[in-house]
Amino acid sequence: MNDAMLSVAGLQAWYGAAQILHDVSFNVGRGEVVALMGRNGAGKTTTMKALMGLVSRRGALRFNGADIAGLRPFEIARLGLGFTPEDRRIFSELTVLENLDIGRQPPRQFADGAAAPVWTPERLFALFPNLGEMPNRPGGRMSGGEQQMLTVARTLMGNPLLVLLDEPSEGVAPLIVEQMANTIIELKKEGLSILLSEQNIHFARLVSDRVYVLEKGEIHWQGTMAELAGNLEVQRAYLTV
Amino acid sequence: MTLNALLFQALNGLSTASGLFFIAAGLSLIFGVTRIVNIAHGSLYMLGTYIAYSLATKIGGAFGFWGGIVLTALIVGVIGALIEIVLLRRIYRAPELFQLLATFALVLVINDATLWLWGPEDLLGPRAPGLAGAVEIFGRRLPSYDLFLIFIAPAVLIVLHFALAKTRFGRLMRAATQDREMVGALGVNQAVLFTSVFALGALLAGLGGALQVAREPANLATDLVAIGDAFVVVVVGGMGSITGAYLAAIIIAEVKALCIAIGVVNLGFVTVNFSKFTLVAEFIVMAIVLIARPYGLLGKPQGVVRSVAEPEAPIRPATPMLKVLGAVVLVLLLALPLLAQTSPYVLVLATDVLIAVIFATSLHFIMGPGGMHSFGHAAYFGLGAYGAALLVKLAGFPMLAALFTAPLVALLGALLFGWFAVRLSGVYLAMLTLAFAQIVWALVFQWEGFTGGSNGVIGVWPAAPFNKSWAYFLLALAFTVIAILVLRRFLFAPFGYAMRAGRDSPLRAEAIGIDVKRIHWLGFAIAGCVCGIAGGLFAFAKGSISPEAISVSRSIDGLVMVLLGGIQTLVGPIVGASVYAVLQDTVMRQTEYWRALLGVIILVLVLAFPQGIAGALSALSRKLGRKPGGAA
Repeated sequence: MNDAMLSVAGLQAWYGAAQILHDVSFNVGRGEVVALMGRNGAGKTTTMKALMGLVSRRGALRFNGADIAGLRPFEIARLGLGFTPEDRRIFSELTVLENLDIGRQPPRQFADGAAAPVWTPERLFALFPNLGEMPNRPGGRMSGGEQQMLTVARTLMGNPLLVLLDEPSEGVAPLIVEQMANTIIELKKEGLSILLSEQNIHFARLVSDRVYVLEKGEIHWQGTMAELAGNLEVQRAYLTV
Repeated sequence: MTLNALLFQALNGLSTASGLFFIAAGLSLIFGVTRIVNIAHGSLYMLGTYIAYSLATKIGGAFGFWGGIVLTALIVGVIGALIEIVLLRRIYRAPELFQLLATFALVLVINDATLWLWGPEDLLGPRAPGLAGAVEIFGRRLPSYDLFLIFIAPAVLIVLHFALAKTRFGRLMRAATQDREMVGALGVNQAVLFTSVFALGALLAGLGGALQVAREPANLATDLVAIGDAFVVVVVGGMGSITGAYLAAIIIAEVKALCIAIGVVNLGFVTVNFSKFTLVAEFIVMAIVLIARPYGLLGKPQGVVRSVAEPEAPIRPATPMLKVLGAVVLVLLLALPLLAQTSPYVLVLATDVLIAVIFATSLHFIMGPGGMHSFGHAAYFGLGAYGAALLVKLAGFPMLAALFTAPLVALLGALLFGWFAVRLSGVYLAMLTLAFAQIVWALVFQWEGFTGGSNGVIGVWPAAPFNKSWAYFLLALAFTVIAILVLRRFLFAPFGYAMRAGRDSPLRAEAIGIDVKRIHWLGFAIAGCVCGIAGGLFAFAKGSISPEAISVSRSIDGLVMVLLGGIQTLVGPIVGASVYAVLQDTVMRQTEYWRALLGVIILVLVLAFPQGIAGALSALSRKLGRKPGGAA
């Protein structure tokens, strides 16, 4: 566990007065793709927002060797934790290139001094050719799938060490889902860690190494992706609708 | 009137528009990113004129003037940054109204600081070196400096436009205007961004003020006049759009210029002096624009600010203890006439307090349970006061009949204005109510033949037996108790529930069959009607009524009272009005710098008691004495 990029212990989180997360603990290793799975309302999105400091939270949070429990969102982002929200939150008045510019941060290193991958608009356009065809289109005039790619690309502009991907397959065309899966595999090859929130086991199977299953703000099961794939009981209990 | 005269006035309008544009552009940028409506923006503009005056006269010459203008803009920018860092940063999470109150407190502080530094006299700066002459145009002489002002505004607009479009700072500003939380999650330090935006907005206001130095004298009344105009410009142009601000500044300045150019016109059956419309022209333009395009000419619907404030707790019926307390206070007040011999002034002050209580309670009725933040409650006070006074003077009404008719006059006004106002919400509603109040004010100010103009209506004294101060006090007390009980009755009737439902969740309220707009319209009318009682009582208490008594500062006083007391409690406005009226009368008369003192008190209260005095007290009492069986 020493080389965990992200370790979370006893995480609690609230929306206003309502407690959403009760006791969530997990970790993500370097270069690992970990899926947080569970039904709607299980607490996946809240977990990600709590990691970014966007909701009030309590618990031990360590990222790349630093304690991030007391930090504000921009400080956490500047440590190399990238966040792609489920509702995308593209700046609709800004063009593709301008959206990318908002996410821009200096190159950074892992705790051991190794350089993290550095992203430029050119590299991102190679990864997402669709975006390369519309560099000056305002975010508000793009399809859902294009916006989803732009969200990921915008986060990568910050040269993150770990990316929080909140439901990247939700509400986009099957072709784009496939492309998203390829992108995740591509990012893993680059050495990035990824925490993925997902309801869809078919998508998660394509990319994930390990899985944590959430239900009502608590972790109910954990194991490798292969184990979950073979465990129909857990799937029935926590995943199928 | 010739075509040349018209064109000349149009040019004059363009040069006036430049000052409006600078202050409105800054206000608009700040609102877009921070969601704070900076009432102190007019004060920064005023400071700009004063500082530029000092630099131009102390340093002198072309450098003192032109260099002074640039330096002034920078100095005011730094002042803006300091305001953001020291004050506003602490209250971004407070309810919108507290931010308004805090920036209003700054207006008071800055005004007195200016008085202290520069004195009460108007200060006219030197002619602009190099542009002191005039050019012959349309057969008249236009100062070259005015011509310069006509061109500087679009030049700055273009620079700003490119800065927003092409620089990273501009991109960050546009992104933050849409979703500031996401910008933070992408690693941008919002604190730095907010401070820079505030500094930029202040710099523009300072520049606008400094540029006026050769055109108009530095004057202590500029702050409120400028902010009023700037509000109108920003709302007409659309919040957050600087091109809209420029367009609106031009339209409003031109409409005013045209009114002057047209002058007196004989329409056959009636003679209209259009130049008298200049005071109301901008508010009429604003009312028309808001009704046709609720988000302004180039504005977009306001992005949803992810609310961080706790939802409002339901209001509670009076507890037995509160009822006993109320009865005790009432008995004490009934005993107050015993002091009539020894300290007669107490009764005069107490009557003022009662009038303030009715005023604040009726405002609270629409602000708190109704969720409609009116910045123009003085309108209904004025309609009541003028209604009562004119009925006595012109129609020969007896006093009591006038007092009972006054609220009906206010009711008619509130029904008319409210019909438009409830169609809007948030800042736009606040600005529209302000506009209506200014229209009422300008109407009584300009219509000399009927209202007495700036002299007002005088000699409106109460008839016997109420011509003794103690008797008039008891009459006022009776009206106050009735007004408060009636308003409470409304709030705890189904009508009151429907009004609160419409405030908290308009869509759901509509879905269960509540006509939200209609309910809010009626609520607005009821509040206006009750406020008219306060106006009527005021006219007879003072023996006169003048436009000054119904100006924008009375509306602001009402807001301060309600917020001081705490918007979430029903006792709040009563406590707030009493504290404020007594403070204003006693403490504030002790010093020449009472405005600054009041401002500092407001700032301390805002920072220390974000729930208001009564709110803080009830929170304290809930904490201390949570009784078993009481509501959790």
